Amino acid sequence: MSDRISVAKTYKLYIGGAFPRSESGRSYPVVDAKGTFLANAAQGSRKDARDAVTVARKAFPGWSGATAYNRGQVLYRVAEVLEGRREQFIAEVAAAEGVAVKKAQSLVDTAIDRWVWYAGWTDKVATVLGGSNPVAGPYFSFSLPEPTGVVAVLAPQQSSLLGLISVVAPVIATGNTAVVVSSQDRPLPAVTLSEVLATSDLPGGVVNVLTGRTAEIAPWLASHADVNALDLTGAPESTRADLERSAAGTVKRVLRARPSEDFTREPDLARLRAFLETKTVWHPMGV
Amino acid sequence: MAAPTTSPSLPPALADAVRDDASLRRFLHGLPGVDQVGVEQRAAGLGTRSIKKASKMWAIDTAISMVDLTTLEGADTHGKVRSLAAKARRPDPERADVPKVAAVCVYPDMVETAVKELEGTGINIASVATAFPSGRSSLKVKLEDTAYAVDAGATEIDMVIDRGAFLSGRFGQVFDEIVQVKHACGDAHLKVILETGELATYDNVRRASWLGLLAGGDFIKTSTGKVSPAATLPVTHVMLQAVRDWHAQTGQRRGVKPAGGIRTTKDAIKYLVAVHEVAGPEWLTADLFRFGASTLLNDLLMQRRTQLEGHYSGPDYVTVD
Repeated sequence: MSDRISVAKTYKLYIGGAFPRSESGRSYPVVDAKGTFLANAAQGSRKDARDAVTVARKAFPGWSGATAYNRGQVLYRVAEVLEGRREQFIAEVAAAEGVAVKKAQSLVDTAIDRWVWYAGWTDKVATVLGGSNPVAGPYFSFSLPEPTGVVAVLAPQQSSLLGLISVVAPVIATGNTAVVVSSQDRPLPAVTLSEVLATSDLPGGVVNVLTGRTAEIAPWLASHADVNALDLTGAPESTRADLERSAAGTVKRVLRARPSEDFTREPDLARLRAFLETKTVWHPMGV
Repeated sequence: MAAPTTSPSLPPALADAVRDDASLRRFLHGLPGVDQVGVEQRAAGLGTRSIKKASKMWAIDTAISMVDLTTLEGADTHGKVRSLAAKARRPDPERADVPKVAAVCVYPDMVETAVKELEGTGINIASVATAFPSGRSSLKVKLEDTAYAVDAGATEIDMVIDRGAFLSGRFGQVFDEIVQVKHACGDAHLKVILETGELATYDNVRRASWLGLLAGGDFIKTSTGKVSPAATLPVTHVMLQAVRDWHAQTGQRRGVKPAGGIRTTKDAIKYLVAVHEVAGPEWLTADLFRFGASTLLNDLLMQRRTQLEGHYSGPDYVTVD
């Protein structure tokens, strides 16, 4: 049966642990690096972004309140499911980025390792970025890193899986919840990642994935008063200044895009630190 | 049966209906049945209307002015009622042009506090009474409860009907109770809570609506908010039809108050569309339509800010309660 017609997919968004169609009813064709049709992806609108922020806010107390150990376990479990979908990711990354299968394999493996790397940080970040402070008096003073809240993440446009995981994992590892706008022209690995997240132990709403035009959705997330931080990594160059300006309207934390970031390099703590707030408390000593 | 206090001018058909127990039963059972599929479809259809820009702003402000800001918890304190009253006077402290809400709705023992806080503001003080929310007590206690709230200064009384009596067909008893509570209210407005979530069918909702109207209720109200399902659009449709028909037959305008479960601006606007389409534009005033709600007001304020500021607002910018 070689003349079988394959099933063309029309993917949906990932909001609050469910896969709704875009409120706008729109979708757009996704093509591979050579221009061949791959699938249709949902074209998210500002109202989808609003809904995603609402559920991300709802998920925040539970996720940030979970023990760091528990968050780590959940993220390791996600890595297991990622590993199970390895072949699919390799095919999608190869198609999206137009790289050879060997290169795609290495990108997917690095991406899974990256996820595990961040999963390990969940219960270590507090000791590295916080701790007790030296004081000249009869009391303790210590600092604790705390998640900042709902983070809007504009995923890298080029690196469709490794880049995506490199920006999403550090956000949720520390207890934030995320609204992710995937790569505009290479959204399929992000869609598959959301299928992975939906079938692992991650509570619904912790990560929400919107596909569509970044330039259309980003301004609404940047100005949204219930979003606490904004990662500009995937923002089109020309819009960055405007996004940063409207983010300042509600005093968001903004992580600026680094010029031509190489995601295959070993990461540092910058992305973990970017979405943490430090709480310092003092405490009288016992008698 | 006691005579209703507000129906000296009832048309003959309705005057006959309240003559005695048997004729009341005959009248209520003679009401046309509700087409369940039809009313649900119509409610869903009207719910798809898109209200934008200037109309949306008007709808939001109208909805705010119709809110009965409610706190009916066992854990209510005088402090909570005072802060609720402050919110009623000035829903959005940063914007003076936001209208006041219609009323504050509290338990009878909190009425005094609310009266003190709201003196001279024109905001009504509503109190639930008659062994709210179950209504399971003697008539004497219910009347005492009502008198207590009215003496404390309540200008509106939200009473519950005896659903047990209604469902076992003792319409006369329910009628008498409403009439006597209305009498105990004096000048205060009476809202009759049907608790539609316990009435099981739309036909029952229609009968209970007419019963409440015949007995002199100024408003008919869907629910206590303590039973699920609370207010729904189709139920409100049936009740709006009843007040519309009442107006057609008597010339008097009576009000409707959906309460419980209306949490978002979108929902509120759907109700306003229903009011406009089913009862008529004359009902789009706080004298004839109210929302019983607590969280709805915050969403209305957030949506109002979204409209004015051009970006989405968040719960950090409104009060917690």
